[in-house]
Amino acid sequence: MSWSSQFLYCYFLTFGAINMNAMFKNWWKILGAVLVMYATVAGFLHSVPKLPILHESIRNLYFHVPMWFSMIILFAVSVFHSIKYLTTNNATHDLKAVESVNVGVVFGILGIVTGAVWAKFTWGQAWSFDVKQNFAAIALLLYFAYLVLRNAIDEEQKRAKISAIYNIFAFPMMVVLLFVLPRLSDSLHPGNGGNPGFNSYDLDSRMRMVFYPACLGWILIGYWIYTLKFRVRALDKYTTL
Amino acid sequence: MKKFFSTLILLSLSLQIFAQDASASLEQSIYASGKIYVVVACAAIILLGLILFLFSIDRRLKKLEKYSDPKN
Repeated sequence: MSWSSQFLYCYFLTFGAINMNAMFKNWWKILGAVLVMYATVAGFLHSVPKLPILHESIRNLYFHVPMWFSMIILFAVSVFHSIKYLTTNNATHDLKAVESVNVGVVFGILGIVTGAVWAKFTWGQAWSFDVKQNFAAIALLLYFAYLVLRNAIDEEQKRAKISAIYNIFAFPMMVVLLFVLPRLSDSLHPGNGGNPGFNSYDLDSRMRMVFYPACLGWILIGYWIYTLKFRVRALDKYTTL
Repeated sequence: MKKFFSTLILLSLSLQIFAQDASASLEQSIYASGKIYVVVACAAIILLGLILFLFSIDRRLKKLEKYSDPKN
């Protein structure tokens, strides 16, 4: 048997009879998986502009930046559910808000660590106390504070209400920390402090063919992980197994 | 449903008929000097494994949701 057919065979064995209905309902999970796979393979193999300092590390754009975009989308989802909670007082929305922050924080940590690795080999130091790095760390601390705040309040409705209000204020703060303040002072990070944005590095738009699918793919995967976490939490809370 | 997938599997089996010069293209790609394709293969396998893992968690969760009784 050829390699590809063997793989397909194993796949169908693992997943048994695939429910076509579920497949159509979960099309976005499959889309996310396909996009992320494409972005990873193409991220290694697709041609990139030859630039000093960056060299091949420019490919990190396909891995480092989508982490941050996924984080922001997840935090936005969280704000949406916090507002929903405050208007409906439905505890389900509170669960959704906290789980999307949980997943968003993971993506943020991945973003900051990959950023440090990239900085080590292009800026010279993993942590050079660049404004972008500092403010990114503070933005993450803002959300750690959200999670700590939740654990500090025992009474369920009070916890949900206070943390929802905190969350709604934390989101614009995070946006300002990541996208406004770093632009006002000198930074090594592209797009900040007089540095050109990354889009100026690929005038022929070669990288966009991989970058945009990578962002969409990772956002979908992040959202999917959030739905999984929420469903586990809801099972835990609302059902007897 | 079964017909669809058996067709798909049989189709994929027939793929090797068209892979006469597979070794030649393999030498051009995976055994090429830089060997970057080896890294790509590893990264793709890891990612694929994680994605399949996510799908399996999703399926198990769906089963649990189906068979669990809501409290009260």
